[in-house]
Amino acid sequence: MKYEPVIGLEVHAQLKTNSKIFCGCSTEFGKDPNVNTCPVCLGLPGVLPVLNRKVVEYTIMMGLATHCRIAQESIFARKNYFYPDLPKGYQISQYEEPLCADGWVEIRSNGSSKRIGITRIHMEEDAGKLVHEGAFDASKASFVDLNRACVPLIEIVSEPDLRSAKDASEYMQTLRDILVYLDICDGNMEEGSLRCDANVSVMPRGSDTFGTRAEIKNMNSFRFLQQAIEYEIDRQIDILESGGEVVQETRLFDSDKGVTSSMRGKEEAHDYRYFPEPDLVPLRIDQEWVEELSVKLPELRDARIDRYVTDMGLPEYDAEVLTSDRPVADFFEAVVNKGTKPKSASNWVMGEFIRIVKEKGMDSARITPEQLARIISLVEEATISGSAAKKVFEDVFATGKDPDGVVKEKGLAQVSDEDAIRAEVKKILKNHPDEVAQFRGGREKVLGFFVGQVMKATKGKANPKVVNKILRELLAE
Amino acid sequence: MKLYQETIYSLHDKLKAGEITSRQITESVLERIDAVDEKVRAFITRMDELALQMADDADKRFRKGEFLGFLDGIPVALKDIFLTEGIPTTCGSRILENFVAPYDGTAVSQLKNEGAVFIHKVNMDEFAMGSSAENSGFFPTHNPWDLDRVPGGSSGGSAAAVAAGEAIFALGTDTGGSIRQPASHCGVVGIKPTYGRVSRYGVIAFASSLDQVGPITKDVMDGAILLKAISGRDPADSTSADIPVPDYPSLLTGDVKGMKAGLPAEYFEEGLDPEVEEIVRKAVSDLEKRGMEIVPVSLPSTKYAVATYYIIAPAEASSNLARYDGVRFGVRYPDAKGLTEMYMKTRSQGFGPEVQRRIMLGTFALSAGYYDAYYGKAQRVRTIIRREFDEAFTKADVILSPTAPTPAFPIGEKVDDPLQMYLTDICTIPVNIAGVAAISVPSGLTNSGLPVGLHVISPPFTEDLLLNVAYAYEQERGVFPQCPL
Amino acid sequence: MKITPEMVEHVAELARLELAGEDRRKMENQMVKILEYISLLDELDTSGVPPTSHVIDVENVFREDEVKPSLPVEKGMSNAPESVGTAFKVPKIIEG
Repeated sequence: MKYEPVIGLEVHAQLKTNSKIFCGCSTEFGKDPNVNTCPVCLGLPGVLPVLNRKVVEYTIMMGLATHCRIAQESIFARKNYFYPDLPKGYQISQYEEPLCADGWVEIRSNGSSKRIGITRIHMEEDAGKLVHEGAFDASKASFVDLNRACVPLIEIVSEPDLRSAKDASEYMQTLRDILVYLDICDGNMEEGSLRCDANVSVMPRGSDTFGTRAEIKNMNSFRFLQQAIEYEIDRQIDILESGGEVVQETRLFDSDKGVTSSMRGKEEAHDYRYFPEPDLVPLRIDQEWVEELSVKLPELRDARIDRYVTDMGLPEYDAEVLTSDRPVADFFEAVVNKGTKPKSASNWVMGEFIRIVKEKGMDSARITPEQLARIISLVEEATISGSAAKKVFEDVFATGKDPDGVVKEKGLAQVSDEDAIRAEVKKILKNHPDEVAQFRGGREKVLGFFVGQVMKATKGKANPKVVNKILRELLAE
Repeated sequence: MKLYQETIYSLHDKLKAGEITSRQITESVLERIDAVDEKVRAFITRMDELALQMADDADKRFRKGEFLGFLDGIPVALKDIFLTEGIPTTCGSRILENFVAPYDGTAVSQLKNEGAVFIHKVNMDEFAMGSSAENSGFFPTHNPWDLDRVPGGSSGGSAAAVAAGEAIFALGTDTGGSIRQPASHCGVVGIKPTYGRVSRYGVIAFASSLDQVGPITKDVMDGAILLKAISGRDPADSTSADIPVPDYPSLLTGDVKGMKAGLPAEYFEEGLDPEVEEIVRKAVSDLEKRGMEIVPVSLPSTKYAVATYYIIAPAEASSNLARYDGVRFGVRYPDAKGLTEMYMKTRSQGFGPEVQRRIMLGTFALSAGYYDAYYGKAQRVRTIIRREFDEAFTKADVILSPTAPTPAFPIGEKVDDPLQMYLTDICTIPVNIAGVAAISVPSGLTNSGLPVGLHVISPPFTEDLLLNVAYAYEQERGVFPQCPL
Repeated sequence: MKITPEMVEHVAELARLELAGEDRRKMENQMVKILEYISLLDELDTSGVPPTSHVIDVENVFREDEVKPSLPVEKGMSNAPESVGTAFKVPKIIEG
């Protein structure tokens, strides 16, 4: 390829606070329009904002996790523009002196790791929601719901260090992991708690002058992010190849068609007239506060992957799967802490646990790590078979009942009593003289048939190891 | 003396002694409104029923021997910039003609907690932008001392109401002189507290870094009583200061012996009406008689204050007034075909000419390519002006000047010349820019019987000092005449 | 500072004000006069002087992350020029 793409991302993450950034309204979703509003977030005359301390703390934590410099002094600014979802006619954001700046994260790119610079992380308030459809006169009107107005956001702006759509997606994933591990954002792109705009340009390979960039909006999943940027890179290369010029503009991604298209027409000359917010006082962040928060920082995903591989001896694949969701990783570790071998715990968590969590959601899990550890040891002690264990697991997952009780209740305990099994095996061998002859004639495969018969006769409760051992013994006679 | 002519503390004493009732005071004030408001036109919304109800509630308390405070049972005029739950709040603007506030602002709650009786919401320049009350979206208010003249502004309704006896005291707001200048023109006391002294929550914002709530009263003691009631840190206003509120009334000793008063030459320059100068210089010598030492101080950047103000205030206003968009409240242009038309028509029909002028100026001063030359520059000049006050206060405890360079001017004289109107605030604007405290005290009448105010300025959060100097002057001056209306 | 009719128009658009004909010319003249007066500041050297955004030295004012009751929605909507259910209604926004 003659061209090299240059990509920078602006990521907005909704912070998981209980109350809004500048007022005490709940941040809960799914309520009727405007139920979670007050004079402040409705932008009524006479109101003033008061900053939620948690928002500052969460932002500093994100800054620390991304190796940013935490500003000693930081101020808010007003970003002025008119839109019905913006009640005050300005958004309280940060412009000069953002809270965090000059950081980086590491992403995997083509098998090696690559550092992506973070220009700044700042705090701001979200806008409300405009509903264009659904109402009876939607053809003539739009509707404004301000429940989301004033919900805290951080904007994370990257340096133009990304060189491919894959890089961009990796970077986004890395940020998501950090946010989720810090437990400051739920990381849900589809629901909009994590959003992203991309600045994309292309330049001749080897050049050090960036091309004209387009800003791409409306990419609400990792797949769409990658798809949109890929499309945009190709589009710009096509323009350059045919002797044209890329226009600086904002383009919307259409996920149905898989294309970006210009927002021309709607786009007016933006002039946000930023100025320092007079209603909020400056922030002074002392070293003590930063240290207090850095002590509180949890172990992040990359560090956990390292630890799982190095200390627990897990394959890298396992470590990545287990850590892809922090609650899953936490559960896994708790199982290991109950004395389960890491690989056994990993197999169970990666297999059954994640399967059911994907189906029913983490919230529906009633099972405790201790209970899973017990189920695993029941298998290892050969009290139950692997397939019985899955049944026990499903039950305990949904009900939180004691695994031993479930085994008893369902009669799932294995029979390992050699005498009882021997009697059963003898009976079966006697009834199938032809198969016995075949086996002894060298057809080893027939062994499976006998195992099946024994299991059938014992309703699956016989310990397969013992069955195998006795079968071989008797067949060898 | 009629009840409506009395002060807060004199009425309080009589209420305490059981000589009168709050209903009697309230009825006296309401009758006075009936008698004179046709000429003065102080109020926008009158609330007789509520007032009498509040008065009766107060009387019920008094019968049980309970007093919520000095203000209990005393009628107040509220500038229509204060949000009052369930009561129309227009800010003097057509765009809020139909707006009923859904909550009480902090100062209003404090007055309620003290038992004050809400009589009416009074007239003002639209969104507090003006120096004459002529920019009201509804009608001009007239000066009770001379009905052909302006009462000053923007708290013109508040000052006129107190001067005319249409309220015992009033609450105003001061962004560039909006309390002090009308107080001066109407012969009453007006206080602009230090920025951060009184909560701005529930006060419709004009210029957030300059706005401050303050008392308009008949004398300094009443001012001290009211300031005490409304001051202090408010969790709803991040810019309100967490500094203890002294018991201002008990600190009024009138003893100013040995204190220094600075006279800045820059406030006595050309443009100052000779009669005003004479009256103010007499007031200065009155204070000298009380043992104050008069020293020269210099505030060399005074001449830049108005220009600085007319960048900062409109810039902040252009942003503060963006919420009047016809979406959630206020008057909306009804027949718009699309959103843009709705915005444009709602705002250009709802806002009066002065408000539109300031929105234009402010939008321009913040716009791309001009920010540094205008808003940025003005903020730096603001620093210079602040530093000059700091410097002057190392030489003097307070600074004395005229409140306004002229007495009240005739209605209509300056409406078509915004710049001339702006320059009437030349003495008061620097105080807001520096964020310091100031008071205007009536100090005499011109030959044609127009009041003139003495302006006392003090360092941040020294309202006790400020009030005591003003009180000392008042003692020396003697009783100020009642307005002839 | 030269103020052109185009600048006045642009600023009016930013401010969402409709200024037509005589009103616009009047506004332009007044702005010219006021800005001319404001240019008085040009003679003052402010290099090296920090800007003042807040006149008092107050820092770090916070509220704790506690949910407080919202305004009853009927009250919040009570001044709405137009509404449907508990949503504010505005003229259809035409997406580009």
